[in-house]
Amino acid sequence: MDLKYTREEAAFRADVRAFFENELPADIRAKTRLGKRLRKDDTTRWQEILYRRGWGAVMWPQRFGGTDWSVVQQHIFEEERADIGAPPQNAFSLKMLAPVLMKFANAAQQEYFLPRIIRGEDWWCQGYSEPGSGSDLASLRTSAVRSGDHYLVNGQKTWNSYGQYADWIFCLVRTATEGRPQQGISFLLIDMKTPGITLRPIITIDGEHEINEIWFENVRVPVHNLVGEENKGWTYAKFLLTHERTNNAGIGACKRALKKLKEIAADQVANGRPLIEDSRFRDRIAQVELELMALEITNLRVLSATANENRALGPEVSVLKIKGSEIIQQLAELSMHALGHDALPYLREALELNWIAEPKLAEHYRAYAPPLSGQYFNQRKTTIYAGSTEIQKNIISQMILGL
Amino acid sequence: MDFSYTEEQMALQETLQRFIARDYDFERRRALARSALGYSAEAWSQYAELGLLALPFPEEFGGLNGSAVDIMLVMELIGRGLLLEPFLSTVVLCGGLIRDAASEAVKRSVLPQIGAGKLKLALACYEAAGRYALSHVACTALADRGALRVNGGGAGWRLSGSKTVVLDAASADGFLVSARLSGDVAAADGISLFLVKRDAPGLTLIAYPTQSGGRAADLHLEDVMVGDDALIGTPERALPVIERAVDGGLAALCAEAVGIIVSLNEATLNHLKNRKQFGVAIGKFQALQHRMADMLIAAEQARSMAIIAAVHAGSDDVTERRRAVSGAKAYIGQAARLVGQQAVQLHGAMGVVDDLIVSHYFKRLTMIDLSLGDADFHLGRFSDLLRPAAGGPMSVT
Repeated sequence: MDLKYTREEAAFRADVRAFFENELPADIRAKTRLGKRLRKDDTTRWQEILYRRGWGAVMWPQRFGGTDWSVVQQHIFEEERADIGAPPQNAFSLKMLAPVLMKFANAAQQEYFLPRIIRGEDWWCQGYSEPGSGSDLASLRTSAVRSGDHYLVNGQKTWNSYGQYADWIFCLVRTATEGRPQQGISFLLIDMKTPGITLRPIITIDGEHEINEIWFENVRVPVHNLVGEENKGWTYAKFLLTHERTNNAGIGACKRALKKLKEIAADQVANGRPLIEDSRFRDRIAQVELELMALEITNLRVLSATANENRALGPEVSVLKIKGSEIIQQLAELSMHALGHDALPYLREALELNWIAEPKLAEHYRAYAPPLSGQYFNQRKTTIYAGSTEIQKNIISQMILGL
Repeated sequence: MDFSYTEEQMALQETLQRFIARDYDFERRRALARSALGYSAEAWSQYAELGLLALPFPEEFGGLNGSAVDIMLVMELIGRGLLLEPFLSTVVLCGGLIRDAASEAVKRSVLPQIGAGKLKLALACYEAAGRYALSHVACTALADRGALRVNGGGAGWRLSGSKTVVLDAASADGFLVSARLSGDVAAADGISLFLVKRDAPGLTLIAYPTQSGGRAADLHLEDVMVGDDALIGTPERALPVIERAVDGGLAALCAEAVGIIVSLNEATLNHLKNRKQFGVAIGKFQALQHRMADMLIAAEQARSMAIIAAVHAGSDDVTERRRAVSGAKAYIGQAARLVGQQAVQLHGAMGVVDDLIVSHYFKRLTMIDLSLGDADFHLGRFSDLLRPAAGGPMSVT
């Protein structure tokens, strides 16, 4: 039992840190640190930089261009990424689709798609949820009917993230209606430029465009874009979900948010002294920090157990997802509350890096306020997406507790 | 970064598990709690034979050189078995304090005796008016240069005052008593620590059982005379060493709590699977399933905090140590409340009867929270370290 990093791990951390310090473009770093709006180009530029260093997909095995790093190394990488203010990579491409392709796709698909992903050439999005199929995903109805060497896809997907940037979408589609709902689902790769695809933005609670509805009308998808076997898509989807949840603790992002919260609380003034000197507010920070301290170790315990036992992550990631999402929400809430009534103004343009504030806008407002309320509202999604807290508790009940 | 136990540690774990299963079932434990002594003298001898009572001491004093992680492992099982013996008081708190702060001579005479099971000590450092503040010491120590009854007429000390809820006092052979030589009642400086024998004239014990089956007492000292050799550590500078020992005790209590939390979760899960109402096992109801999931999450998080506390309990960096143990005690106090209360709730009326172990686990968890500073006290201590002036580190790891 030892919580210290080894000398090699500390040296590794220094390497990662140095690379980020030197190579992360200043404008991207400023955007992330100040909570400004990120665009597709920011993510793809950063992906190319990482790729050139050999770190385009550190979580992948080496034979596909990954690193074969230990879980602790991956954890350090992610922690440093968040701390320095590098944007997250496209998780849909790298962490969700890619593992499915490596495990279930044929050689031709792997050879074509994986290099394009790691180089940042293709942006992938996910076509899972439908208006009638949220938590009950297996009830999905978007259909793919075989017609010669094509599927004809019809239906509607929703809650799609960043489809407006996407070159490709991986979709769960219904290819059979008999048997249990899970048995008639297939995993299909669809080029977003295919005729018949319509995308409509859904503006979220913070006023931003992050998610979309997507309609498919007689969209012709070549049969060779089917992953694995027809009607086996549910197995692949479940496999994907365990990978989706690997970073659900989000320790790096939480630590970064906590640091920022403390900065704000030290900077804001209440009753003539820094807000952090107010024990009522400070105790609330302390309470979240304790949760995060515990989760960091719980996360590492889970990761090292899976590494030692040489197995994939199991249902214990539900614990990480529940806690990590609650913590990031609490941090967002406290950061907003730290501003008091300066959290009220809503200035969309303030989310641009080149925004020039009205000279008369208060200094402290300019420094912190623009993203904070929006982030609080936006983060409400974290206990809903990727399996809501309630679904995670169902998973714990059934898979861990055996109830 | 390594979360595994060594082979020796796993062997120790198995030995203790076997001991609990064979010699310390619930009925036996209940009988012991009601006995005059309040624990098993036989078990105490067995712990000595197993080396448990010498675990955290250096080899030169007959110890096994064990770490705080070894103590964590033992304390977790003490929690699981609801063991009543005064391990925390004698070995962790007083033994730890003597190991870290006493003179060579005292260590040589005391530690091997503790290890052999021949000497039991209790920490008498809290006072009624001080609540959880170890610096609140109204008990006085006056240097006495006159002819003393003790110490062959040499110089010594005259102690007067009271100590409250001294854990495991009734069976102790001696006490580590904090007393003030100088300064205001709550001043950090001016406190000294003395080893006072149980039979010292002027020492009175008001003993009582505790809510969780143990024993404690209030101590009254009226002109208790002790020699210079009773002084532990540097005069007037005892607070840091007392705090250090209590930090070790806090880490140990955290581990004991984790053992109980895990046991309560097992008992509750078992109940949910077996108890039938409305024609089905009550564990089929989602409201109960989600409660149980919350309890599982609390247990995992509590264990992580207990690990943090154990790993840093021996640290010389006071800020780092305090952050770890107070953070853990605060967090685990809250987690224990959740698990304890919900375990009782999910057991229904079975949760509030004396005949079932669940209520005993719950009571012990509750008393752990109230011992050596409760969740609010330690949240405050942790929170104060977040002030920029305190310069606390960002992260424990």
